[in-house]
Amino acid sequence: MRLTAALLVALLVAAGAYVIFFVAPTELRQREIQRIFYFHVGSAWTAGVAFFIVFIANIAFLFRRAMKWDRLAVSAAEVGLAFCTVVLITGPIWAKPVWGVAWVWDARLTTTAVLWLLYVSYLLLRSFIADAERRAVASAAFGVFAFLDVPLVYFSIRIWRTQHPSPVIAGGEGSGLDPVMWNVFLFNWVALLGVMALLMWKRYRVETLRHEIEELEVELEWRAGEAQNQAVAVER
Amino acid sequence: MSATPVPPAAPSFSTPAVLRDARPLGIEFREVGKRFGAFWALRRVSLRIAAGEFVLLRGPNGSGKSTLLKIAATLARPSTGSVVYPGAEDQDAAIIKARIGLVAHGTLLYDDLSAAENLRFFGGLYGLADLASRVEAALVSVALSDRRDSLVRTFSRGMRQRLSLARAMLHGPGLLLLDEPATGLDQQAREWLDRTLESLHDAGCTVVMSTHASEAASAATRTLWLSSGRIVRDTAAPASAEGVAQ
Amino acid sequence: MSALRAAVVIFGKELRTEFRTRELLNTTVVFVLMILILFSFTMDPTAEESRRFTSGLLWLAILFAGALMLFPSFTREQANDTLDALRMAPVPAFAIVLGKVLANFAFLTLAEWLMLPVFSVLYDVSLVRVLWQMLLVFALGTLGLAVTGTAFSAVAAHARMREMLLPLMLLPLLTPVLIASVEATAALLAREPQFDLTWVKILLGFDVVFLAATYLVADALVEE
Repeated sequence: MRLTAALLVALLVAAGAYVIFFVAPTELRQREIQRIFYFHVGSAWTAGVAFFIVFIANIAFLFRRAMKWDRLAVSAAEVGLAFCTVVLITGPIWAKPVWGVAWVWDARLTTTAVLWLLYVSYLLLRSFIADAERRAVASAAFGVFAFLDVPLVYFSIRIWRTQHPSPVIAGGEGSGLDPVMWNVFLFNWVALLGVMALLMWKRYRVETLRHEIEELEVELEWRAGEAQNQAVAVER
Repeated sequence: MSATPVPPAAPSFSTPAVLRDARPLGIEFREVGKRFGAFWALRRVSLRIAAGEFVLLRGPNGSGKSTLLKIAATLARPSTGSVVYPGAEDQDAAIIKARIGLVAHGTLLYDDLSAAENLRFFGGLYGLADLASRVEAALVSVALSDRRDSLVRTFSRGMRQRLSLARAMLHGPGLLLLDEPATGLDQQAREWLDRTLESLHDAGCTVVMSTHASEAASAATRTLWLSSGRIVRDTAAPASAEGVAQ
Repeated sequence: MSALRAAVVIFGKELRTEFRTRELLNTTVVFVLMILILFSFTMDPTAEESRRFTSGLLWLAILFAGALMLFPSFTREQANDTLDALRMAPVPAFAIVLGKVLANFAFLTLAEWLMLPVFSVLYDVSLVRVLWQMLLVFALGTLGLAVTGTAFSAVAAHARMREMLLPLMLLPLLTPVLIASVEATAALLAREPQFDLTWVKILLGFDVVFLAATYLVADALVEE
């Protein structure tokens, strides 16, 4: 089952790459470098989906207190962070030849940078709390706050930008997308979502195994104690 | 008689008046287990303490006495099993908490506040009426009224322990939980503690106290011995100097 | 006991404890002043171009100092296990958090009021003609800082490296507060002062959202 899923995703990604390079038309002004757009924006949307999953998992954990939600949260957060990093790297790669500057402080990119910082903090917080339950509670609380912050960050930067406009950039990414390009984009986005799901699943599996090992240790401790008790009782 | 040195004037301890109308609260542990990581501090503990009992908890360090008391005080949740308070009409958490008092390892006092300020603060949290007079009476009963305005930071261990006791009893709890309360107390204070707990018991308060000392609390009606997180012996007889066979 | 009344009792205790030693207050004021003074060496503070940066500088100083000051909010309660005493009291968890939020808000506001006159002298800005608007912006921004900082003090209380963790968690989150406060302050300090309501609304929105979030997760913040 796992192998099939992995093969399927690999196939999707390969097909997606093919259509990006051989089916999608070349953009008029940006030429070849524009093809990064499919990875850049696709990763951004995928990271958004992942972070939304983190939020849902955090809320679910705070209400249900079942550790599986915590495992889902950390899996989604790590995968989301990976995609977010892709966004922050492909952005400058794309921007430099097209706009002449590697980075612009527009609403989207800046929000992505803040988002990146927030989720790094989320994972750092987790790494500094040893006890599994305390870690789950603390990171769930922080995760809720982080997610609620994102729209506020986006809008405040947007409004700030309208008051302090940056130099006009020729051709925004989403402006008037050719229908073929749109289909190529969607296809690749599905492939990226497949990668996300696969990575999350693997990570979730690792976390579950870790949890199971802990449970076994707990059980072992329990039985050792019970056996000791039996021995003492026999002595008496 | 004249050859013996006259001891310094004993501070006058007395029973806090507020406790005379405490409504006793019982507690019941049902198959309670508590673990910290992989370590099981309590293992399937089941016990029933009726309202008004005076129970001693004995056992070596690490046997689970403190954990048991913490769970009884609603400060920790059991990993397995459940805790019920038979004396409470409904199991509403806030109402139950208002009837429990705890004296723990930490003093649960603010070092930067005075004795009176500490008591006034906690009394305020418990919504007590006549706060000022209750605080004064409590300070008098633990013989700290001359130090009412001194910061707790300046108190000796014994004085902090006495103030901690005053804090625990201020709101007239029906269930008083004490974790080795005699630590740091001198002989005089220990005797006071013994007498206070006895009159508490007479007034109907349920008392559960863990103790290391070989001397018995005279008013105790029952002793539980804990070892490695489970109850190994339960007796209705008052504890004497006999220890637990290791 | 109702949440609000309990919060007021706890607020009183926090005030009393802090004013006994005034450690946090003193350190915060000095820290902000130090940043303001040091930064003035990197540019000409009274030159016209620099004016655009002074609001940003002021708020950065407040945020950094605030993050440091908010840190002990919950960690201080670990000293004598006093947090256990609070948890045993028949008060809702939100009351404990709210009482501390209000206290931290008061301390930060006091530190700001002490520091603002010095700021206006050092950087040659006139606050008098826009005083109440300024105070409103500061109040809303500081409230956002107090709410999130207090909550995160509880979140980080059981973590290692928590002194560094708190600013790391807090500062990216406060981006909207930083932007809105800086813009509003800059508009008020400009040659033609303007009271920009957009930013005030953003600050208000931030405060409402995070007060609500704190209310929802209060039990998780306070538990052992």
